[in-house]
Amino acid sequence: MSALQTVSALIYLVSAVCYVLGVHLMRSPKTARRGNGLSAVGMFLAVITIIVTIVVEGKIDAIGWIVLLLGLALGILYGVVKARKVPMTDVPQLVSLFNAVGGGAAATIGIFDYLLKGDGANLSVAFSLPVLLDVIIGGITFSGSLIATGKLSGHVSGKPISFPGARLLNIVVVLAILVSAYLMIGLPTNVWYVTLALAMSLVFGLLMTLPIGGADMPVVVSLLNAFTGLAVAFAGFVINNQVLIIAGALVGAAGTILTLQMADAMNRSVANILAGGFGTGDSDGGVAAADVPVDVKETSADDIGLQLAYAHSVMIVPGYGLAAAQAQHEVAELAKVLTDQGIVVNYAIHPVAGRMPGHMNVLLADVNVPYDQMKQLDDANPLFESTDVSLVIGANDVTNPLARESGNAISGMPILDVDKSKSVVVIKRSMSTGYAGVQNPLFAMDNTQMFFSDAKKGLQEIVAATKQYLA
Amino acid sequence: MSQELFTNLAIFVLSLLVGFEVMSKIPATLQTPMMSGANAIHGVVVVGAFVIAAEANSALFYVLAFLGAFFAAVNVAGGYTVTDRMLGMFDRKPAAKKGEAEQK
Repeated sequence: MSALQTVSALIYLVSAVCYVLGVHLMRSPKTARRGNGLSAVGMFLAVITIIVTIVVEGKIDAIGWIVLLLGLALGILYGVVKARKVPMTDVPQLVSLFNAVGGGAAATIGIFDYLLKGDGANLSVAFSLPVLLDVIIGGITFSGSLIATGKLSGHVSGKPISFPGARLLNIVVVLAILVSAYLMIGLPTNVWYVTLALAMSLVFGLLMTLPIGGADMPVVVSLLNAFTGLAVAFAGFVINNQVLIIAGALVGAAGTILTLQMADAMNRSVANILAGGFGTGDSDGGVAAADVPVDVKETSADDIGLQLAYAHSVMIVPGYGLAAAQAQHEVAELAKVLTDQGIVVNYAIHPVAGRMPGHMNVLLADVNVPYDQMKQLDDANPLFESTDVSLVIGANDVTNPLARESGNAISGMPILDVDKSKSVVVIKRSMSTGYAGVQNPLFAMDNTQMFFSDAKKGLQEIVAATKQYLA
Repeated sequence: MSQELFTNLAIFVLSLLVGFEVMSKIPATLQTPMMSGANAIHGVVVVGAFVIAAEANSALFYVLAFLGAFFAAVNVAGGYTVTDRMLGMFDRKPAAKKGEAEQK
């Protein structure tokens, strides 16, 4: 090892330690931000080291510098602007987009080094196998994450998309990937072999993500995130760089565990989600008309305003519908109007409320909801008995009393005991079911009233009505 | 198997184990930021973009180097920025409350 190699290897090691400690600190809310900062410091060290290395080695030519710096500058500009401007409701799709390009970058490195060996060069398995894995996994996460981004942002239908022959096509694509694997590992290099591997992995990414419903996308994004980690680790094998291997493997493993925990919090199994075609999240009317609770009482914004104005304690139960309608400002305004009059307002937050686990806390924090008003499941449930009005906004499955019984899709899922409060008002667009596809008997209970509206529009009307009664 | 490959393989396997181990039960509140934080870490692929740019010597390779640099830079810069913004919201509350108390 030259002196430069020794120093850079040691700094890469420090950088890797920063990532591990960073992830470790991110497990607790108090230290999470410092953890992310520490991991950023590690990244900064790694980048400085590689800059010094290529300057000292002096192999890079002028055009190389230009394309490198131009690519970096545009990438940093785009990434930072997007990250600064994104509304908090749209964070999941942005993370997915960043994940897609990470996979793309890893695949690019694999393709580059494969082609650099020259047409017809004989490769060792030790080199060609990591290249293959890098290109295939990177390609899958690139196209898969882009579809996930599209589904979360509504550019691609959130409904599971399937078509006749999809299964057959899947088999054909998997076979084609195996063929490309044989060609790339067993035969001398050829630009078409790697092109086939890339194209087929891109198609596979599409086929894998399209049949999965929008509500399950967060788990898929997390899984693809873990995949990208592995692609980056294999890119590290290709260019023989240990910091890529360590960081990539770390993300691959940690991301896998996180995916399992997220799926668990949503009461789903990863296998079930990948099988696809189940939850749509946005299911809108027309679903299972047979056992729809018929005796629901409809109410008006005016009446809800009256109830709220004369309540002593109000519990707000925000759900996916609130996040999808971006109604967090309206809900915070309503809470403020009520608390200003001395009415006790709390939020009951189910672990999986919103678009992904923990997302609701981020959304409400963004509109300055005081932290002590956000009650997590275990703290919220004892409060319902002394609650006058529970305001359920765009939430469904997490309030379904059927979860306490056995023999249905949500059996055993922890729920918020909304039905124990004196009066329940449900704001919802229609009588359609939640992602689990189970009817909610809460809606037909004696103390429940339904207000059919978009969360944002409905809340605006309720705020206006409430103010009128409080004035 | 070469010494180099063996070393890399050992590092890979041990890092996987560290990843499994460091990720014990995460509170649901932190799962979204954690995912975003892990996403930023695989932005380390930007180091690879530098490595290939140093070896580029023809039009095709320059294009690939540009793509690699652009993709990786979006991942790493955007990833850390958005994670920090999210976590900043958890930070802000006690501070904001203190501010309110002082005003009263």
